[in-house]
Amino acid sequence: MGRYIPASDQERQEMLKSMGLSSIDQLYAAVPAQMRVKELNLPAGLSELEVRQVMEEMAQKNTQFSSIFRGAGAYNHYIPSIVKTVTSKEEFVTAYTPYQAELSQGILQSIFEYQTMICELTGMEVSNASVYDGGSAAAEAVMMCQERKRSKAVVSGAVNPQVLTTIETYCSSRSVPVQVIPAKDGKTDLEAMAAAIDDTTACIYFQQPNFYGQIEDGQGLCQMAHEKGCKAIMGVNPIAMGMLQTPGECGADIAVGEGQPLGMSLAFGGPYLGFMASTQAMMRKLPGRIVGQTTDAKGNRAFVLTLQAREQHIRREKASSNICSNQALCAMTAAVYLAAMGPKGLAECAHQCYNKAHYAQEKLCQIPGVSLVYTGPYFHEFVTTTPVCSQTVTQKLAEKGILGGLPVEEGILWCVTEQNSKAQIDALVEAMKEVCA
Amino acid sequence: MELIFERSHVGRGCSVLPACDVPAYDVPESLCRKSAPMLPEIAEVDLGRHYTQLAKQTHGVNDGFYPLGSCTMKYNPRVNEEMAALPGFTKIHPLQPVETAQGCLEVLARAESTLSEITGMDRVTLQPAAGAHGEYTGLLLIRAYHLSRGDTARTKIIVPDSAHGTNPASATMCGYTVVSVPSDADGCVDLDGLRAAVGPDTAGLMLTNPNTVGLFDKNILEITQIVHDAGGLCYYDGANLNAVMGVVRPGDMGFDCVHLNLHKTFSTPHGGGGPGSGPVGCKAFLAPFLPGPVVVKKDGQYDLQMPEQTVGRVRTFYGNFLVVVKALTYILTLGKEGIPEASTGAVLNANYLMHQLEGHYDMAYHGPCMHEFVMTLETLKKETGVSAMDVAKRLIDFGIHPPTMYFPLIVHEALMVEPTETESRETLDHAAQVFLEILQEARKDPESLHEAPHNAPIGRPDEVGAARHPVLRYTPVEA
Repeated sequence: MGRYIPASDQERQEMLKSMGLSSIDQLYAAVPAQMRVKELNLPAGLSELEVRQVMEEMAQKNTQFSSIFRGAGAYNHYIPSIVKTVTSKEEFVTAYTPYQAELSQGILQSIFEYQTMICELTGMEVSNASVYDGGSAAAEAVMMCQERKRSKAVVSGAVNPQVLTTIETYCSSRSVPVQVIPAKDGKTDLEAMAAAIDDTTACIYFQQPNFYGQIEDGQGLCQMAHEKGCKAIMGVNPIAMGMLQTPGECGADIAVGEGQPLGMSLAFGGPYLGFMASTQAMMRKLPGRIVGQTTDAKGNRAFVLTLQAREQHIRREKASSNICSNQALCAMTAAVYLAAMGPKGLAECAHQCYNKAHYAQEKLCQIPGVSLVYTGPYFHEFVTTTPVCSQTVTQKLAEKGILGGLPVEEGILWCVTEQNSKAQIDALVEAMKEVCA
Repeated sequence: MELIFERSHVGRGCSVLPACDVPAYDVPESLCRKSAPMLPEIAEVDLGRHYTQLAKQTHGVNDGFYPLGSCTMKYNPRVNEEMAALPGFTKIHPLQPVETAQGCLEVLARAESTLSEITGMDRVTLQPAAGAHGEYTGLLLIRAYHLSRGDTARTKIIVPDSAHGTNPASATMCGYTVVSVPSDADGCVDLDGLRAAVGPDTAGLMLTNPNTVGLFDKNILEITQIVHDAGGLCYYDGANLNAVMGVVRPGDMGFDCVHLNLHKTFSTPHGGGGPGSGPVGCKAFLAPFLPGPVVVKKDGQYDLQMPEQTVGRVRTFYGNFLVVVKALTYILTLGKEGIPEASTGAVLNANYLMHQLEGHYDMAYHGPCMHEFVMTLETLKKETGVSAMDVAKRLIDFGIHPPTMYFPLIVHEALMVEPTETESRETLDHAAQVFLEILQEARKDPESLHEAPHNAPIGRPDEVGAARHPVLRYTPVEA
């Protein structure tokens, strides 16, 4: 059995004795005897050597694809070595939430820098210190827009379906109506959305690029929301922000997104990072931690958790959210990633994703029976038809060591990133020719 | 120290990506951002040094004693980190076909079954990303259960006045009104107060046991019975489970659902405020409502499935998976003997330290404590002017992370101390000595304590100024 307790049995006895006790049970006198556990029905403990074998065995049961053309909410990007080096420093890994500013300046400053980078990335004025993931960020953003007479959320049907479900779940428990506007030609249906916004509508939510990879008319959607007196929430892919118009430029009130592409591994879905940024006007509605700059008594620059009057430990049932722990180490991961890439590296990454996706689409669509379903401008994801059942296609690709796009109703949703070399894309096209023949 | 932006120089950077090996495709100008984001332009060596300096201004568990009450700052075993870094876990896409992700699903399934056993529950979802997220998820189950029975009158959640702020905040997020019940003189639930609070509008009760003053509520069976008799359900906040793992189970105390903090009880690190993981366990009758998908086993193969009457999702995918990998590594390491040993060790350490401080510092409650204890410095403050904050800040000069301050709210000038089981006797003896030394300082030179800490990277920051004039991002000084 492994254990992490320094005290030996003898020391434990001595400690008990020093308190005038003879048995640990005496400390549990308040626990009614009939409730006590006799023995847990669990395996006996393992040594470190054994537990490593057990865990490695489980890891080996997974298939690691070296060629990945699937996104749909989790993206396969290159992670610079410096990212893991920094974020595995044990001070960062093992610290708690920085309640005690005097011995947490490192964490606090890193979050302040992260907040700055998220503002720059999204073109927004204020960022919080992170929430759990892109889905909960979108749901929290909808909650930020709640007003006494305006409650309804009008959501584009072209958003990630898991994000939509998360929004619906959060809204249902607060009796906030959600109206989903079915997508038209793979994009938000502007007319239908305009018609759905009424004087009870609190906000609209749309995604850029959307679930199908299509680039939405961000400016038009934000303008429409404002003309009708509601807020506009824009979910964005952070890598695309190296290239595309920002929520700030579009006039969004809140920008949210899944931060996983910024240096976090695929990791079967988590830990990821929910980023949230807003206009100055909505600052006090942001959920969760926010770090601010101040000074100490000697006038030194210092960082602290601030605007805490929004938060659960002060406001309890009147708090803007219940969030306490967030994804601080993931926020640091994103910051190190963005610093390593720099403005040029991020733009280069975005353009490579764009170019490679377009190259792959062009080649794939030369295969008979494979054609582009939605023809608007897209970033790094696109949908094609398949001449045979999409499930069969991806299954056969998997047999060839390729994780193909995600089967969706219309066909296959492909994703191409800077990690897919031309050789990999060409190999995919060859494999597709065989599979579709 | 400098901000990373202040270290930035135009034209510098790290070498990461190769040249693009496919032709360039036109991007319509109208779709593009007008200016590049102001991100640092910095060489890798300077980037590395920047964060190394930040690390030096950060106190982690490996830097010294961290008795932060309610947060269970136990040692984070290294093998956990290595297992969570295995490429066989990190490189798996969450939407891979299930037959290619059997190992990941097995991790989830084994975590679920072991956590079910430890809590006395029937099913567990690993989707919630943190404790508060788990609370919200548990309340969603309670809400869905009442509504499924057509019982729409249950609109209130009962929360003791000693509870964490997340409890009432989660209840509000779930659309409930919060009813606060008072604690009795022992810091436990006041039974008459509870009886008076329950009724046909009671959806449920949220409770930690041991409670936030570090005591096991001996009336627990009666408490859960009172709530059940009124038609409500009982929610167990697992923040304090580290006292009772393998000793007594929430399921046997009468609770219907529970959240755990893998980042407290199950040794996964806090990362400076996350990622955590807040799995929710429930009794079988609540399982149809769990957020999905959940892992099921059919013909020896794991699969994912949405529960019949699911509340939906509280986030994308399946939770903070790598955190679950770490917790499972820990559970398998400790096993059936090691898990209760961890808890009894935590209770022993807390009592040992409390015993040394008793008679010098006032304890808010007497008798043996569970895994943590609460001191009240009210008298000290009256006599010397030295507050709980002053004592906490002075500890920093001795390399000790301050205890939780001013919580629970029902104790004045509170310091809440949780040593955890992974501290040695010498560490506890040393901490006791430091606490006593500070007490002497308080009597001799109270003024200097108001200025503490004296040896930290910064003195006490101006928090009021920070909130009044929020500076929440760096803005370059105009040239």
